[in-house]
Parts: sequence; C-alpha cells; structure tokens
Amino acid sequence: METTFMTINMGPQHPATHGVLRLLLELDGETIVKATPHIGYLHRGVEKLGETRTYHQALVFTDRLDYTNGLSNNLAYCLAIEKLADIEIPKRAQYIRVILCELQRIAAHLLWLGTHALDLGAMTVLFYAFREREKVLDIIEYITGARLTPSFMRIGGVARDVDSEFVKKVKEFVNEFPKRIDEYETLLTENIIWKKRTVGIGVISKEEAISYGVTGPVLRASGVYYDVRKAHPYSSYEDFDFFVPLGKNGDVYDRYLVRMQELRQSNRIISQAIEGIPEGPFKANAPQVVLPEKDDVQTDIAALIRQFKIAQGGFRPEKAEVYASVEAPKGELGFYIVSDGSEKPFRFRIRPPSFLNLSALPRMIEGQMVADVIATIGSIDIVLGEIDR
Amino acid sequence: MISDKLDKIIKNFGTYIAAIKEEKGERTILVKPEAHKELLRFLRYDEEMSYDMLIDLCGVDYLGENPRFEVVYLLRSMRDGDRLRVKVRLNGEDEIETVSDLWRAADWLERETYDMFGIRFRNHPDLRRILLSDDFSGHPLRKDFPAEGFDFDKPFEVKLEEEI
Repeated sequence: METTFMTINMGPQHPATHGVLRLLLELDGETIVKATPHIGYLHRGVEKLGETRTYHQALVFTDRLDYTNGLSNNLAYCLAIEKLADIEIPKRAQYIRVILCELQRIAAHLLWLGTHALDLGAMTVLFYAFREREKVLDIIEYITGARLTPSFMRIGGVARDVDSEFVKKVKEFVNEFPKRIDEYETLLTENIIWKKRTVGIGVISKEEAISYGVTGPVLRASGVYYDVRKAHPYSSYEDFDFFVPLGKNGDVYDRYLVRMQELRQSNRIISQAIEGIPEGPFKANAPQVVLPEKDDVQTDIAALIRQFKIAQGGFRPEKAEVYASVEAPKGELGFYIVSDGSEKPFRFRIRPPSFLNLSALPRMIEGQMVADVIATIGSIDIVLGEIDR
Repeated sequence: MISDKLDKIIKNFGTYIAAIKEEKGERTILVKPEAHKELLRFLRYDEEMSYDMLIDLCGVDYLGENPRFEVVYLLRSMRDGDRLRVKVRLNGEDEIETVSDLWRAADWLERETYDMFGIRFRNHPDLRRILLSDDFSGHPLRKDFPAEGFDFDKPFEVKLEEEI
C-alpha cells in the first residue's frame, strides 16, 4: 500500500506554542517524521538598536527580551557593562539583586507551571500557580513600580534602596511559599494522567543536550551539572547555600521535577539573602559612570546635570570586549559587548537561552506523537521575545 | 591546568595563532582563517581540551578595516568548567567553513550570523535566513545598514481608492 506524509502547520497563532512559533510538521499518521521550526515573527532588532543607544539607555531593551524575566535580563546586561567599566558593586546592592532575581525566577517558573499544565489539560494548576505569581508580582511592583518590565537594575547597583516594608513582604512570602509548592506537587507529581503524558516524552540525551548548547533546567534534567550560579558565580551567589537539582532521563517529567526543585531552592536563597542583607550603599561609588540617586536628582542641580550628562551623553569605557552571563530561568543568558571606546556599544550581542533550547526541539519530538509536541514545547519553556530579539 | 591547555594549543597551532590575550579574566585566541576549523576540531575532540559546548557564536563587523568581518566562538568545557573565546578574521571573501558538524548548536547560530551579517558558512547543511523573512534584502547588523529607515518619521500617506 502506498503512503504519503502529510505536512501541517502548527502556529504561529496557536495557544500551545507560547508565542509566535510556527512549526512545520511532517506526519506519518500521527507520528512526527520531521519538524521544522520557523521563528522571527517577533524580531525587533534589539541588537541593532543597542548599538544606537548609550550604555544606560540600552538597559530598557533587555526587559523586552524574555518578558517573564525582566530583572535577570537587566542583571546580565549590567554585569557585562560593570565588567567593562571595572566597577565594584556594594554588597547590599548585590543582595538586593539576588533577592529580586530569585523572586523573578519564581514568577517565571510559576508562569511555566501554570501554562504547561494547562496545555496538558490540568487546568486547576494554572489558578494555583497564578495565585502565588500574583503575590510575587505585587512585591516586584512594590519595589520597582512595574510588573512586567521593571528596568530596575542600574549599571553600578539598583535604582533605589529597599525598605522594611519590602523585607516584611518578602519574608511573609518566603515563609508561606514551600507549603504552596507542596500543593502544586500533590496535584501533579504522582498524578497518573500527568505521568502518562510526560514520562519518556521529548527525551534528549546528555551528550546531545551539550552539543545543542542547551542550558538551564532542560540541560540539568538530562543530568548535566551546569548552573551559571555555581559554575561562574556572580552577584554574591557563592554566599548562599543551595543545591542544583538534576534529572536523570532528560524527559518532560524530569524537566518538571527539576523546575519544582528549583522553586524550593530559589525560596531558600531568598530567605538567606533577606536575613543577611547587609547595610551600606545600594549603588557603586563611581560618579563618572553610575547615575546619581533619584532623590538627589530632584533636589540637587549638580546631580541633575550629572544625570543628564551620563544618561544622554554616556560614558566612555575602555576599548575591550566582555562576556557576562547569568542563570536566567530558561538557561544561560549572556551578553557579549564589544566596546570601541565610544559612548555606545560597538557590538551588542545577546546570547539567548531559549534560542538554543528551541533548536533542539526537532531532535526531541521526531518519532513522537502530535500531542507530545505540545508537552515538549511546554517543557522547554520558550519565550519568543528572547528567541527573536 | 588551564594554562597547560594553552601551552598545548600553542604547541600544535603556534604558527596559525595570530594573538592570545587575556583581559578581564577572559581568554581569547585569535586564529588565522586557514586553520580555524582544525583548531576548533582540536578543541572539541582532543582528550585534554574537551570544549564540548559551544555557548555562543556571533559575528562582528569592523567596517572600514580589512579584513572586515570577525566570527567569535565562545566555548566551554563541561568537564573543566573553563571558557575560551576563539576569534577569526575572515579573509577577503565573506565565507568561512562551518562548524555545525562539531557542535549542533552552530546550526542555528551560523544561520543567524548569515542572516545578520551575510557571512556564508561553507558546507552548512541548511543555510537559510532564520529571523528575517526570505525576501528581505540586506543584512541588518552590518555597520552600513541604517538603523532607521529614511522615511521612518514621515506620516504614512493614505489615498482614497478614487484617487489612485
């Protein structure tokens, strides 16, 4: 009997592709023979735009990469520029950064958990996850003034200091959150339907994951110990006691388990950081590079002039090239900045984790069923804003 | 240990290495284009090197300099946990040998570099544009590509059907 393959389009307007991802699937019955991702629908030219702005101005583009994760994006960019300009960051600022980034990681993972479970038909989890995500976003909004695009980190520190109200809110959340993770786990971890949909699906081996440049929870679910927070510590992560959860099989279920453990570890990091937050300045003492405090700008003419001078005119770092990366919720987010000694970056390269994680998707889903594509995309946790830039 | 690696690289590829520099804790090797594939193959598969992850690959356009384009590879060894940057300046033509057979990650990264800079990677299995549409003309991250269109701030002219 003669058989032909059927080609179907999945996306770009499909709720389960988590953005404008288009997949061209070649099917033999319900089995995937070949999958070709088409990306770029959200391309805004961030790398080109970055070259046209001064270092301080380019910060706001970074929020819009992985829009579930504005603060970590800010941090990665700031780390690169601080490395370029040789600025020492005060301990208090580093701790504030850690607290905010880990809160953001919790928010991003909760968004993943809710939508991933929703894709696979477990609708209740979404409401549970968004209940806590709302609390995290409230804290982030309280201190940064924004829920989605905070732009809160500054080159040399953070935009403003945290107060006792913030500390109280975070402590409340941290005490309550482990109980909430237990709740999510009772819904899913031993759920027979959940396991049928996820165990053994979308498998990628250790060696292949490394070769594809996969990072983050997807890589760790395949059993590779690589977390930028441990491997190349930044922003005082070496001060905190946490472990890196690893999976064994590299399937959708292991990615789920790894992320659930990461939620607990993030919670641990926050509770240590909020207890041990040191006194001191929240901005580095480098008046040629770092913007003045907002309160001074509004009351002191010299600070106002300096604000304009640095933000509009820019500062001139030495001629050099730097790479700095952070462990974003999706994986290793890096910034490679080439400076030619002028006020603007000569090359503004972003190393997006989702881009490379997605490139391994065809390998994960070939030979699987159409329904497993949904599970696998959800488990990679892609954000198209970062892939297309 | 890390400096042992460097010694071995120099021993094997001494004549092809244009420069080695270390600044801000990052080590960079500038290799001549004729040996770049061999060096990367060596870094990938040699027992001692084992740079098994290609973290990033990107292009840089030095307009006005000759040679103009540079391709930057950022490698990481999972076993030793160290990073190494390898840079290569392209010879005259905007073409270089692919490394997508060494690291699968290079597949999409080279496509992106081709898309943005017009650097062609020889023997790449599927060198198409990745972020921009197939009918786009030009390569936007080149320095001579304008960041703003000439009419970006002009109002868009609307004509009624009868007027056309």
